[in-house]
Amino acid sequence: MGVAKDPSKTSGDLTSATGGLTIAVPRGALFKETVDLLSGLGLDTSELRSNDRKLLFEDIGVITMRPSDVPTYVESGAADIGITGKDVLLEQATARGEGGREVYELLDLGYGRCTMVLASKAGPDPAAEALRRLGVMRVATKYPRIAERHLEETGRQAEIVEVKGSVELAPLTGMVEAIVDLTATGTTLREHDLIVREEIVECTARLIANPVSHKLRAREIDKLLERLRAD
Amino acid sequence: MIHPIPSGTRDVLPDETREVRAITDALRGVFERHGYGEVYTPALEYESVLARADMAEAKLAYRVFDESGAALVLRSDMTVPIARVVATRYPTEEPPLRFCYLAHCYRGVRPQRGQPRELLQAGIELIGAPAPQGTAEALGVLCAALDTVGLEGYRIGLGDASLFTSLMAGVGVPEQARPRLLEALADRDFVGLEEELSQLDLAEADRELLLSVPQRRGGPELLEAAEGVVVDAVANMREVHRLLEPDVAERVIFDLGLVRSIGYYTGAIFEVYDPALGTPIGGGGRYDELLGRFGRPLPAVGFALEIDRLHVALMGEERGTGASL
Repeated sequence: MGVAKDPSKTSGDLTSATGGLTIAVPRGALFKETVDLLSGLGLDTSELRSNDRKLLFEDIGVITMRPSDVPTYVESGAADIGITGKDVLLEQATARGEGGREVYELLDLGYGRCTMVLASKAGPDPAAEALRRLGVMRVATKYPRIAERHLEETGRQAEIVEVKGSVELAPLTGMVEAIVDLTATGTTLREHDLIVREEIVECTARLIANPVSHKLRAREIDKLLERLRAD
Repeated sequence: MIHPIPSGTRDVLPDETREVRAITDALRGVFERHGYGEVYTPALEYESVLARADMAEAKLAYRVFDESGAALVLRSDMTVPIARVVATRYPTEEPPLRFCYLAHCYRGVRPQRGQPRELLQAGIELIGAPAPQGTAEALGVLCAALDTVGLEGYRIGLGDASLFTSLMAGVGVPEQARPRLLEALADRDFVGLEEELSQLDLAEADRELLLSVPQRRGGPELLEAAEGVVVDAVANMREVHRLLEPDVAERVIFDLGLVRSIGYYTGAIFEVYDPALGTPIGGGGRYDELLGRFGRPLPAVGFALEIDRLHVALMGEERGTGASL
């Protein structure tokens, strides 16, 4: 399985740093710490650090992509294991514990910590007012499934508005009363005069594995896990 | 003119049909040689009948109403229809009964995930043969079938649907906490399992056991190394292992954390893996309580192979992608 087409390279190569496993690495916010982690395992990451246009690093068994694509590549078996945020995994399930990607979630890597929050404009909460007077609140988000699930589970009617870009804009223009978004430090929210009303879930980077690789490459994956846990 | 068909369905044209036929003819031959008689059942069944199986995960996705207003469903597998056939058409026959099938089944899909709505399955059901003999026979037929179609690198993951429940009982996990742990395991979420376990009042060693045992998978040495409450939990797997022919046994990966999404499994469960494919090619297991729900209580075991996945894996092996065994 994976990108390395030479079978001798992929079959149980326990001598290499990652046992010849193909690893899906997220570009973006988790990239630096993920690459540091791979360096710590003994992988030569110099090209990975210096070349941000290249996608495929066959000699070290790494493929790079946006974090939300990591579960897709790992589920299909194009990568044996991968690293992505818990927010991504939660958003790709249709309901709590249902319809998620068919991947194993093996380890909480601890970095990339951030919180999924419900936020609205400072002052009297416009979302509460909308709910009281109109029976429904409008919520903008890049995470429609997480938002919908949270509002459903807390018994509130909401119209979810999916946006792709800066979510903060939506309440400032009056399009919605609240947003559901990921925040690490809260700086962006503060800059836009938004305050956190509810914390929905804490998210960190997770190590995931393809279900077939998890069985057929058990030794390599377990060895990797053991080393990551020891750190 | 282009006329669309529903996503997740497709037309199969002669070049593909020829290759698929080679696979299905070979499978039929193996099943027949082992004494399994082929059956056809209707694609449409009464919802009230299939619902007897109490398949929480039934994925009976397509319902229609007939002219009298009765709810009909498209079958999601062949195991439940065959349980109905056995109870209805073979009410007194001396077991064991052996059936095989080649049939289309229907599942709900999530869009843009490349999932089929209609899938062709080939499989067997062995009714009235208890564990461990019945299980060993089914695994033997499974390997013979895969060998005959020419799949080379395959392995069989063998687990037990009751294993984790037995572990939880063994270390005294309170009843009300068990569904949450099982749910995390079914989600393949070991991080979630660890979180759930950390909230329980358990000895550290027991917590560690419940987290580590379902992550154990490998050769028969796993069963030998079993300790404490794990010994009882793997007793069924050990019995099956003893009965396997050597060429079958060497294909088996014992998997103490294996779970299958279908709710009717009771004992041994298994899945087929091949390095050329990122998803299991098929699977099966024991369903000792299903027949009873249709009025003919008999232990049973069976498996289904997904023909399209098998086809892709064969092509992958031919091209030399994936690791060798």
